[in-house]
Amino acid sequence: MRRFIIRRMIFAVLTVIAATGVVFFLSRAAGDPLLLYATPGYGLTPDQEVALREALDLDHPVVVQYFLWLGRAVRGDLGRTILDQKPVSRIVTERIPASVHLGAAAWLFATVVGVPLGVLSAVKRGTAFDYLGRSFALMGQALPAFWLGLVLILVVAELLGWLPVSGRGNGFWDVKHVVLPAFTLGVGAMAGYLRLTRNSMLEILDSEFVKLARAKGVASQKVIWKHAFRNALIQPLTASTLILAGFLTGSVVVESIFAWPGLGLMAITAVRNNDFPLLQGIVLMLTILYVFMTFVTDILYAYIDPRIRYD
Amino acid sequence: MTEQAQTGAETAAVPAAPGEARTKAGRNFGSQAWYFLRRWPVIPLIIMAVLLVAGIFPGVLAPEDPIRQFPHFRTHPPTWGAVDEHSSIPEPQREDFENSGDYSRAIREYHPRFNYILGGDNLGRDVLSRVVAGARISLQVAVIALVSGVLIGTTMGILGGYFGGWTDEVLMRFVDMWNALPFILIALVVSVTFGATTGVVMLLLAMLAWTPFVRQVRADALGIRSRDYVLAAKIAGATNIRIMLRHLLPGTFSTVLVVASLRVGTLILAESILSFLGVGIPDPIPAWGKSVSEGRNFLREAWWISFFPGFAIFLVVLSLNFFGDWLRDRLDPRLRQLD
Repeated sequence: MRRFIIRRMIFAVLTVIAATGVVFFLSRAAGDPLLLYATPGYGLTPDQEVALREALDLDHPVVVQYFLWLGRAVRGDLGRTILDQKPVSRIVTERIPASVHLGAAAWLFATVVGVPLGVLSAVKRGTAFDYLGRSFALMGQALPAFWLGLVLILVVAELLGWLPVSGRGNGFWDVKHVVLPAFTLGVGAMAGYLRLTRNSMLEILDSEFVKLARAKGVASQKVIWKHAFRNALIQPLTASTLILAGFLTGSVVVESIFAWPGLGLMAITAVRNNDFPLLQGIVLMLTILYVFMTFVTDILYAYIDPRIRYD
Repeated sequence: MTEQAQTGAETAAVPAAPGEARTKAGRNFGSQAWYFLRRWPVIPLIIMAVLLVAGIFPGVLAPEDPIRQFPHFRTHPPTWGAVDEHSSIPEPQREDFENSGDYSRAIREYHPRFNYILGGDNLGRDVLSRVVAGARISLQVAVIALVSGVLIGTTMGILGGYFGGWTDEVLMRFVDMWNALPFILIALVVSVTFGATTGVVMLLLAMLAWTPFVRQVRADALGIRSRDYVLAAKIAGATNIRIMLRHLLPGTFSTVLVVASLRVGTLILAESILSFLGVGIPDPIPAWGKSVSEGRNFLREAWWISFFPGFAIFLVVLSLNFFGDWLRDRLDPRLRQLD
């Protein structure tokens, strides 16, 4: 188990380095980054230019620049935004709670709805429940989140006036504001969980030990929830990695539609303003969030399924 | 791997589709038709055929030039094909204009060939025509997904599965790492640094497309590798490349087909997200995601601008996924675990 954890940790760190590295090199590929700070010939003397270059580490090769950035990032210094020269680390950490809030709400919705529906669909296979569940799954995975969000805004918020159109309201406990964004973000994941739970439930309900339990006369409910369900959970749990990765993409879209003040919305703003230090910081934070969640799922997975530990 | 093969054997024993168990005979037309619809993916195939026609010959389905603007018809509501007084006869703007002899030309200028069946957008373009024209981009995305998936994904999968050991380990870790990259953020950065052109978007999607192919093809290749005929080929002195091309590759065909049909839908969604965020297909090329985004600010007074292109995405992706599922159940129930 310890070896497993260490291996996953190394992998997690490598992933963060790769993701931030790719973004860093891409942002440097655009040309001289100094141009973002000052237009040449506009009152910048050669001396000042050299000084600015030094201050921004631009006098080093790109690879060195990246590791200088990484070294500072580890110590919590992410540089300053180009637009208003505020420390990136502060701005980014201010936004994390909102993003985590939305992600957690969406994940809660996805699991609480998706997993039981998947079980229901598998247990009542071939009935109307199954039909409905499978249609849900199929549709949920095909819905473009941005479109669903707009339709919900139009119908639920604008026409019916049940829920607010945008924003986060008064923070965490303002449930009204989080309903629509969380639903929009969570629908795809809900469909994914439903499908996976259904598939693995079907597989396990068909297996020998379940048949044995039934033959022994174990109550049907007990067979489903104790024998089958626990084993069937492994597959959706593994897939959580991909589903959480979907949240990463989704959060940019959903936050921008509902003006949710999280990291995703900020990423869009940073892109519009060509604010690379800020974007770099956001990428770092989102990747760390993602890698952390993947790590937790992996450990949980290994904990539940002993076969994985000794891979 | 053995775990996968084992569960595969179990699922194979389960009947593939509930519809198949029913009998064909002794039903009236209605239930026969229902049976047919359940057994064959008719509706998805029709939608995909329409997509194909719209993408290759947009002129057949689009009543109007998708980028031509008719200021008269800005945010014109859908007519659903009916003729009403607003859409049929454009009112001449001025009295003298009507008498100037330019009236017929003005009608041509103002009045599109067909009524605005699905309405006009914020610039007076025909929404239906834009939806039809947007199909081309989706088709291109599909082609990209296939090429990238088949070339990169299948190659890597076969290499990993055939050689195993270190090659396999390195390739799989690479795929894991690649999957963990925040694609959307990288796409945002790329489009800012290199500018959003169709080529850049397609390249990004190609880089996104190939990963699911690797794992599935690898699993196949692992299974085939230990078959007798591969061993026989090896004993007969076939080179590695020959074995991979002649003996492994054909065996992965159905897997590739299934993965591809499921992957195309995901990629069409990804493209539409990029276009929606304004970092995808550049103007004036019509793309569904972009149209949805254009209608965002007119949601209340002209919902149809956003609604129909988004609905097109939904229908197409739904059809592709449905078709992919159907194909998977037909060809290889083992792939059920794919999602």
